[in-house]
Amino acid sequence: MKEIPLLELSGITKRFPGVVANDDVGFSIVPGEIHALLGENGAGKSTLVKMIYGVMHPDEGSMHFGGAPYAPAKPSEARAHGVGMVFQHFSLFEALSVAENVSLGMNKDAVGRDLDRQIIEVSEAYGLPLDPTRLIGSLSVGERQRVEIIRCLLQNPRLLIMDEPTSVLTPQEVDILFETLSKLSSEGCSILYISHKLEEIRVLCDRATVLRGGKVVGDCDPKQETAKSLAELMIGTTLAMPVATDSKFGEARLVVNHLSMASHDPFGVDLHDISFSVHAGEILGIAGVAGNGQVELMEALIGERPTDDNAVITLDGEAIGSKGPTFRRHKGMCSVPEERLGHGAVPEMSLWENTMLTARSRKRMMKHGFLNLSIAHDFADEIVDKFNVKTAGIDHMASSLSGGNLQKFIVGREILQTPTVLVILQPTWGVDAAAAADIHRALQELARGGAAILAISQDLDELMAISARFAVISEGKLSEPRQTGSQSIEEIGLLMGGVHSSVEQGAHA
Amino acid sequence: MKLEPRKEISSALLYVTPAMAIILTILAGMIMFMILGKDPVQAIYVIFFEPLTDSFALSEMIVKATPLILIAIGLSFGFRAGVWNIGAEGQFTIGALAGGSVGLALYPIDAFWVLPLMSLAGVLGGMAWAAIPALLRTRFNANEILVSLMLTYVAVLLLSVLVHGPLRDPDGMNFPESRAFHDAATMPNLIEGTRANVGFLVALAAIAIAWVVLSRHVIGYQIKVMGQSSRAARFGGFREQRVVWICLMISGGMAGLAGLFEAAGPVGQLVPSLPVGYGFTAIIVAFLGRLDPIGILLGGFVMALTYIGGESAQIAMNLPSAVTGVFQGMFLFFLLGIDVLAKYRIRFTRPQSHMAH
Repeated sequence: MKEIPLLELSGITKRFPGVVANDDVGFSIVPGEIHALLGENGAGKSTLVKMIYGVMHPDEGSMHFGGAPYAPAKPSEARAHGVGMVFQHFSLFEALSVAENVSLGMNKDAVGRDLDRQIIEVSEAYGLPLDPTRLIGSLSVGERQRVEIIRCLLQNPRLLIMDEPTSVLTPQEVDILFETLSKLSSEGCSILYISHKLEEIRVLCDRATVLRGGKVVGDCDPKQETAKSLAELMIGTTLAMPVATDSKFGEARLVVNHLSMASHDPFGVDLHDISFSVHAGEILGIAGVAGNGQVELMEALIGERPTDDNAVITLDGEAIGSKGPTFRRHKGMCSVPEERLGHGAVPEMSLWENTMLTARSRKRMMKHGFLNLSIAHDFADEIVDKFNVKTAGIDHMASSLSGGNLQKFIVGREILQTPTVLVILQPTWGVDAAAAADIHRALQELARGGAAILAISQDLDELMAISARFAVISEGKLSEPRQTGSQSIEEIGLLMGGVHSSVEQGAHA
Repeated sequence: MKLEPRKEISSALLYVTPAMAIILTILAGMIMFMILGKDPVQAIYVIFFEPLTDSFALSEMIVKATPLILIAIGLSFGFRAGVWNIGAEGQFTIGALAGGSVGLALYPIDAFWVLPLMSLAGVLGGMAWAAIPALLRTRFNANEILVSLMLTYVAVLLLSVLVHGPLRDPDGMNFPESRAFHDAATMPNLIEGTRANVGFLVALAAIAIAWVVLSRHVIGYQIKVMGQSSRAARFGGFREQRVVWICLMISGGMAGLAGLFEAAGPVGQLVPSLPVGYGFTAIIVAFLGRLDPIGILLGGFVMALTYIGGESAQIAMNLPSAVTGVFQGMFLFFLLGIDVLAKYRIRFTRPQSHMAH
C-alpha cells in the first residue's frame, strides 16, 4: 500500500522497571485500513496502544498522525486528533443511563445538545441497536461494548483502537461487531485491532503487525497466512494443538446437586439448577461470557453465600452447602477469586498478614484464636520462593505488587495449602504470559497430586489448554460438562450465547 | 485541584502527624488568645505546661485520663473495623447506672466482691446499651452512628429520671441524687490524698490486653481486615454481622466500665450531671492515638491535660470555660486535616477537565 499513512510509528520504546515493554516498535496504518496488532498476553500490545491514545508516553521514538508529528499528552488530546479507543475493561457507570455515560466520556465541547437523537442515529447507521435511556446495569456485556463504540463514533474518529474487543462477546455478537467495523473501514476510518485470536484477524484485518516480547517480529497480510503460521509468528515455536485427554480420574470430590440461588445484587445473575461434579485429579473448566453467574457460582461454592440446604454441595461426601468459608477450607476446599485486590488479598496489609486471610486453619497458624505470626512469615516466604513472586519483601503491602505477581502470590497461597478441592476464577486474568504459564503448570501439578480443580474462566484458550472436561455457564445455567475437544467452537459459542439470548439479539438486529 | 493517594505511607509519618496536630493546635490557640487580648505565651504555659509541674494536677490528669483511655480503647476496635459507635457517652451513663444500682442495692454490705460485681454490672449495662445499635444494624441495616448517638440522650434522661425517683437518696432532702456509695462500693485510691484510683491500673491492663488482641489474636485480625475490605473479610470467612457485634460489645462494655469507675470513683454517687462528655472526647483520643493502644495512652493524657489546663486558665487568666472544648475541637480538626495530607497529595490540575479512562 503506497498511500500516505494516517498513523506512523517509528522506534517506539517504552521501559518499565525491570522490563522493556516496547522495543524499537514501528509500523504504519493507512486510511481505511483494519490493522491487526497481534501478540500474546504481555507482548506489549496494550502498552503500545496506550501510548497512541495518550495514556502513556514513549521513552524513545516518534509518532506521526496525518503526516504531522503526534505526541498526545493525555487522552483528550488524542481524541481531539480523531483517535478513539474502546478498552478491554469498560469504564461505564452501571447506575447511569446510556446517554449519561456517553456524555461523560466525551470532550466537553463535543457533546451536542441532542445527544439522545445522535446516539440513535449513529447506532442505527452502524447496526448497533441501543436505547439511550436504558441503564447500563440492565445491558449485556455486548451492549455495553456498543456504548463504548458509539461514544467513540460520535466524535467522528479517524482512527479507532479496539483492545481485545471480542474477548467478552459471544460468536454471534462478534459477527455484528465485524460488520460494524467493516462499514467504518469502508468509510475511511482506520481501525487498530488488538487481539490474540488468530481466526478473527484472518477474517477481518487487512494487515497485521506481530509483537513478541515487545518487539515487532512480523508484518504480514493475515488473509494470506494460515492460523497456524500466524500462531507460530506470535508464539515463536510450533504450536501444540490441544488434544482431548481421556485419562481416568478418581472419585468425585466436589459434587453440586441442583444448586439454585437468587442473586443479592440487583444487577446480578440468579443461579438455576446447577449440577456437576469434579473428580480427583481432574480440572473441570467452566467457560462463559462475563456476568453470566460465574461470580455468584463461586460465592456459593466457597461459602461466601451459603445455601439454605446443606446437601446441595458435598466435599468428599460431606455436605457443606450451608457452611462458611472457614469450615470449607478446614475440610480442604481452597479458592482464588477473580478480584485480586480487595477480595483475594487485603490491599493495605503486608504479604505475610495476607497469608492469614485463608491459611489460618490448614497451615496451623491459629491456636485458641491466637495467631502464630512466625508461621505466617515462614509461609509467606515459602510462597514467594516457590512461586517466584517478585517483591521487595514479605513486609510490603499486597497493593505494591504488580497484578501478575499478586496473582502468583494468591494462587501460591492456596495451592501450597495442599487443598483437596480448588475453585479458581479467572486464573490468569491480566497476567503476563510467563506468569500464566507458571500458574497453569502449578494447577496441573496440583491435579496430578489428586486434587479436584474447578477453573472458571472467560478465556476459552486457557480452558482448552488446561481442563479435561468443560462446561459453559450462561444466564446462571450450566451446560452438561463434556470432554474437552469433543465440541466444536460453534457449539461452544452457541452455548455461551445461550439459545434465549441469541433469539433476542436476532429480534434486536 | 484534586487529591491523589500517596503510594506507600511511611509508618514514621503516622506517629509524627499527631505531634504536628498538637503543635498546630497550640499555634492556633495562641492566635486566638491574642485576638482575645490575652498574653498568648502565658496562656499556653498555663494550659499545657503548668499542670505538668504540679503533683496534684498530675493526679487529676490520671483521674481524667482513666475514663478517656478506657472508652477510647474500646472505640478503637470498632473504628478499625468501620463500626462507628458514636454513643459511648450513653453506654458510659448506662454502665454507671447499672453498676451504681448494684452498689446501692448491696448497701451496706462490706465485702470484697461488691466492687467487682458492680464493675461487671457496669460492663453489662454498657453492652446492653450498645446492643441496641448492634441489633438494629445487623437486622435492619440501620446506621449505627445515628442510633448510638441518639441513644446517648435517652440514657442521660433515663439516669435523670431514676435519680429523681427510685434511686434517690432517702436521706437526701429530695435532691435528685443517690446515696453516696459506701466504702466497699467505692474505688480504692491509688495515691493517698488524691482522687486517682485503681481504675487507672485497669486502664493500663486494658491497653496491654488490647495490644495483644489486636496484634496476635484472630479477633483483632478480622477487625482489621473488615475495616480495609469487607469483601476480603467475607472471603477470609469473617462475617460482617459478627464483627459488628464484637466491636459494639467491646466498646459498649468498656464505656460502661468507665462509667461505673467514674460513678464509684471521683463522683461517689449517681447524679444527673455524671456524664460530662468523656464518651465524645474519647473519640478524639482514639484518633489522636492512631487507634493504637500505646498511642491512646498518650492521647488520653494529652486530652486530660486540656481539661486540667482549661480549668487553670479559667482561674488564673479569667478565660471562658469554653477553652477546653475549643482546644479539643482544634485537635481533631488539625489531626484529620494533617491525616488527609499525609495520605494524599494535592495536585493542581488545569481547569480544563477531561474524563480519563
